[in-house]
Amino acid sequence: MTTVTQEAGAPFGAAPPSGDAAIVTRGLTKRFKGGQVAVDALDLTVPRGSVFGFLGPNGSGKTTTIRMLLGLVAPTEGEYSVLGLPLGRALPKVGAVVEGPAFYPYLSGAANLMRFDAADPTARRATAARRIADALERVGLSAAAGKRYRNYSLGMRQRLAIAAALLGPRELLVLDEPTNGLDPQGTREVRALVKEIAADGTTVFVSSHLLAEVEQMCTHAAIMRTGRLVAEGTIASLNGGVVTRIRVETPDPAGAARVLTGLGLADVRAEGREVTAELGGHAPERINAALVGEDVAVRGLAVVRPSLEDVFVGLTGEGFDVDG
Amino acid sequence: MSTGDGATPGTATLGRRTPGLVPVTETMRTSERRAPEPPPAAAPEPPEPAARAMGAFWRLLGSELGLTFRRPRNLVMLAVLAMVPVVVGVALRAFGSGDDDMSGIVQDVAGNSLMLTFVSFSFLVLLLMPVAVSVVAGDSIAGEAGGGTLRYLLAAPAGRTRLLAVKYLNAAVYAYAVTAVVALSALVTGLILFPAGDVTLLSGTTISLGDGLLRIAVAVAYVGAGMAALAAVAVALSTFTEVPIGAIAGTMVLVIVCQVLRAIPELAVITPYLLPTWFTNFDAVLRAPIDMGALGEGLLAFGAYIVLFGSIAWARFSGKDITS
Ligand SMILES: Nc1ncnc2c1ncn2[C@@H]1O[C@H](COP(=O)(O)OP(=O)(O)OP(=O)(O)O)[C@@H](O)[C@H]1O
Ligand SMILES: [Mg+2]
Repeated sequence: MTTVTQEAGAPFGAAPPSGDAAIVTRGLTKRFKGGQVAVDALDLTVPRGSVFGFLGPNGSGKTTTIRMLLGLVAPTEGEYSVLGLPLGRALPKVGAVVEGPAFYPYLSGAANLMRFDAADPTARRATAARRIADALERVGLSAAAGKRYRNYSLGMRQRLAIAAALLGPRELLVLDEPTNGLDPQGTREVRALVKEIAADGTTVFVSSHLLAEVEQMCTHAAIMRTGRLVAEGTIASLNGGVVTRIRVETPDPAGAARVLTGLGLADVRAEGREVTAELGGHAPERINAALVGEDVAVRGLAVVRPSLEDVFVGLTGEGFDVDG
Repeated sequence: MSTGDGATPGTATLGRRTPGLVPVTETMRTSERRAPEPPPAAAPEPPEPAARAMGAFWRLLGSELGLTFRRPRNLVMLAVLAMVPVVVGVALRAFGSGDDDMSGIVQDVAGNSLMLTFVSFSFLVLLLMPVAVSVVAGDSIAGEAGGGTLRYLLAAPAGRTRLLAVKYLNAAVYAYAVTAVVALSALVTGLILFPAGDVTLLSGTTISLGDGLLRIAVAVAYVGAGMAALAAVAVALSTFTEVPIGAIAGTMVLVIVCQVLRAIPELAVITPYLLPTWFTNFDAVLRAPIDMGALGEGLLAFGAYIVLFGSIAWARFSGKDITS
């Protein structure tokens, strides 16, 4: 854990206790001028090698947290550590997309990447051209490398931002809504790219409000609400918070409900031609056999696993209103 | 960014790519990429050699100069400044020739080609050269902040002090470029339109052409330093805003207000503290011998402005939240 200073490369305190974490924050707080508390006493631990989904409604403080981790915004209180290194030495190993792409409109895609590569004191000029070509190749922009950024489409801009994050060997990728503005194909590709990068051992910290995406891509997730952390853990443990249910479609809901209750299932509910209940430890095939054995016609039987969306909505509220 | 799971290649705009960047090859490529880096040490990495850090600094400065001197706006300003001595020279030639009662300035220039440089400076240091310098220096930080590229430069990580130093040096180089372009254009125009030869100074002393050229070089060094001092003011203002035009206009307002204050005789006591007061001291090179006292006082004022506004810029920029 290190106390925070503004200047990249400034001396930091002792090394953090948890050496296997890519990101650790303790009591991290940001109060903007004017009193807006964007991040409120955030305690976050991102394990090395994880793909960590950072979820939250609009305005919940995701981008502000990422800005603090990158040294762009000074925390009002609390401390954090990135890769267990002083920030100035950690950042060359971190690739980042923060709040969408931002490039020089009058430069080509490749020239833009050369510009940001020049800003990294650890990057070598001799290898720059190859690293840039590699990064453009990985995001599928090779054909547009010489085109001016001004003439890029929204999706191409987003891809270029990801390419900039991949310019060097990275230990941590911080991606703030990386699939914003991408077509379905591009979204799939980013997901695949993230998996590919994670397979290399790189930790990926990705903010999103596309829940299905986080569920497919991430091993861990944290959920923010109005600057506070409301849940954190592996995807499986988060999903565990919401119970798996069984759903029976039948013309005889009353009969089905009786059988399910008889089997000892909890929270049996009948709605129209559907009966649902908490599955608990019961085997679905045994339930089916019991229903058929009791002469209840079964038209459909499904196990409904909770999605992250259910968890998310449970924790942040149905309304999905902007936090403010 | 290929999915490698049979997904079709990228969209038409992005060109076709061969799918199949499977994780295995990617791992190899990453390890290859890492090969030229210093061997990963278990102990804390050795501190960067100073030579390497210096090289990286020059690389960033080179990138900055490349942006500045390739940007059409900045080149147009240099071209306009180069035109002024030509216009002045042609006008003096057209209206001055064959006239018996020539006024002092026309007489000076018509008498010797080198004088056009000093006449051009005395017009241009009042407003036009400060405008050009303010545009580049005022844009330096604010332009990056407004475009959002500042967050990516700092995440690269460019380092705040390092980036500010590069931005200021770049503005100072442009300030000298402005000065040199004016001098060169005036010199060439003068040599074409007016007789070359010995130069008669303000004091009536005559010096050789070579000595005259040397004095022009001294004047360029002095005026360039004055413009570099103005650049420090503009860079400092640039750290306070995300709107480049604000910093540029702010600097121009300061220059104009100073000119107005200088013109008020009752305020003579404050004129030594106003930066533009010292711009016109370059005419000390027209004394015989050169009035080193006047030049030295001016350079001291420029140095004081650079230190003062450099400190303001650093204090502001090193503690600023980058929220753009
Ligand atoms: N510079 C600022 N000054 C004042 N308040 C700010 C500033 N930047 C952000 N905020 C506030 O902080 C809160 C968190 O904003 P933040 O951008 O971190 O949200 P987010 O989770 O990234 O949202 P989104 O999903 O919309 O990107 C918001 O209420 C926002 O209004
Ligand atoms: Mg955001």
